[in-house]
Amino acid sequence: MSLTDLTIAEARDLLRAGETTALALTEAHLEAVEGAGALNAFVHHTSEIAREQARAADERIRRGDQPDMCGIPIGVKDLFCTRGVASQAGSRILEGFRPEYESTITDKLFRSGAVMLGKLNMDEFAMGSSNETSTYGDVVNPWRAGNSDANLTPGGSSGGSAAAVSAHLCLGALGTDTGGSIRQPAAFTGITGIKPTYGRCSRWGVVAFASSLDQAGPMTRSVRDAAIFLKAMSGHDPKDSTSADLPVPDFEAMLTGDVRGQVIGIPKEYRMDGMPEEIDTLWQQGIDMLRDAGAEIRHISLPHTKYALPTYYVIAPAEASSNLARYDGVRFGHRAKLSQGDGITEMYEKTRAEGFGPEVQRRVMVGTYVLSAGFYDAYYNRARKVRTLIKKDFEDVFADGIDAILTPATPSSAFELGAMQDADPIQMYLNDVFTVTVNLAGLPGIAVPTGQDRRGLPMGLQLIGKPWEEGALMNVAQSLEERAGFVARPEKWW
Amino acid sequence: MSIDTETARRVAKLARIAVPEDRLPALAGEFNAILGFIEQLQEVDVEGVEPMVSVTPMRLKRREDVVIDGNQAKAVLANAPEAREGFFAVPKVVE
Repeated sequence: MSLTDLTIAEARDLLRAGETTALALTEAHLEAVEGAGALNAFVHHTSEIAREQARAADERIRRGDQPDMCGIPIGVKDLFCTRGVASQAGSRILEGFRPEYESTITDKLFRSGAVMLGKLNMDEFAMGSSNETSTYGDVVNPWRAGNSDANLTPGGSSGGSAAAVSAHLCLGALGTDTGGSIRQPAAFTGITGIKPTYGRCSRWGVVAFASSLDQAGPMTRSVRDAAIFLKAMSGHDPKDSTSADLPVPDFEAMLTGDVRGQVIGIPKEYRMDGMPEEIDTLWQQGIDMLRDAGAEIRHISLPHTKYALPTYYVIAPAEASSNLARYDGVRFGHRAKLSQGDGITEMYEKTRAEGFGPEVQRRVMVGTYVLSAGFYDAYYNRARKVRTLIKKDFEDVFADGIDAILTPATPSSAFELGAMQDADPIQMYLNDVFTVTVNLAGLPGIAVPTGQDRRGLPMGLQLIGKPWEEGALMNVAQSLEERAGFVARPEKWW
Repeated sequence: MSIDTETARRVAKLARIAVPEDRLPALAGEFNAILGFIEQLQEVDVEGVEPMVSVTPMRLKRREDVVIDGNQAKAVLANAPEAREGFFAVPKVVE
């Protein structure tokens, strides 16, 4: 078995047994990354840092000190600030930016011995569902449909992370999720991705998109790996006042495989008009799998579901317009060349016009509009009230005894790059229709690969859990994973 | 609510993004599509509902109001497009 085919759990155990080394694992993955330029997943290579970290990890393991992630090669989404390493959030406006500091999450991972292979491509400022808004160009999904050689989207915004994990370029990757940006690309590439409860992981040093929705999480090739990875990145951080001061459980130890008596809710509002039959069938299969595993299936209603996307497209742009005001050409990143007589306002306007791509500009301006005098109440405050109702929908079903909720992860499998080019922006936004509710309610959600469509493309289901119960959620997810037995992987063409 | 070219120009100005004159009509069209989508929220009964402030109920932590960091001018300026003598440099702002 090749070293790039291991799971994190297997690699950890081999390292522990002295049967491989962090350096060997790292070299194998660096070689895989080197050969996968066609996917455009890795955009900043950090092979020197990786080798140095791998040697340090081996030294540590020799001393008998081996945290779970020690010596594990990972990829890091470009949204995370990494000291001395380009961190651009996929945007031209952060060209040349090399942070003087380390994000709390990458710091935690490095302290536990994880090895960074490089930075991963993403939609600009995490705004997109197809990884086509990146300043680095599109990421290509390692999967192809049937015998077609058309390039497919890996989904977005964590498209580079999804492609890299799916193509075995790293054992796991960091992603972030504001409306579905971990779960949708995970589903499109046949991997597992979890967005933890809002506040589980520190947002410090993660470039902000919509602060009340943003949450980082791991993308991996198994639920067990997600549990291992998530534990290493979770925990309170005094530098993020919204990070929760709660103990981090041993998520992996909670994977008992026993879901008997768990009550799984099936929300009727997630059955959408025009949803492909294959997605519907997959959902029914998922229901049957969990029932077979001993869970009780109960049909539920989350009545405000249809208002989630419009709510999101008020709140997320509003917060983005505020967060992205910092890109002014003064403190970091790109500054436009000025003409004779240009003042500071022209500097701001030209810098932001050159630095932000069209989708980011659109969202910043929509956010500016919904927050502007006269519209604040009608749009922004109303959206915040509807958000309260969306969260209450979930609280009600959990209070009625539901333990987790099963839904499709995406309304389709991966589509072709360029397919949405002429569609209106709303069509692209619909990709997040099943995932966005979870961010609005601050809940944990996980996408698990569950089947393939008739063209052989992976499809995933989503499980939604109670706040702070990622362990119980992943236990149900693992039961689904076991029964689905998804073992397919993309055939190497790159 | 329909957005015209004039409103699009005003929003671009507020957002400090230079939008060429000939792009404004198309931009207004995109805004209208998105706002039309958002318009659905008007049909929700939100009477007596509190606008969400924090998705996870929590009390913000307090800390001692003391200096914990500082003397890092070099690091602060390291990424500036233009810095001089320990300051960020910008075009003239005062006549």
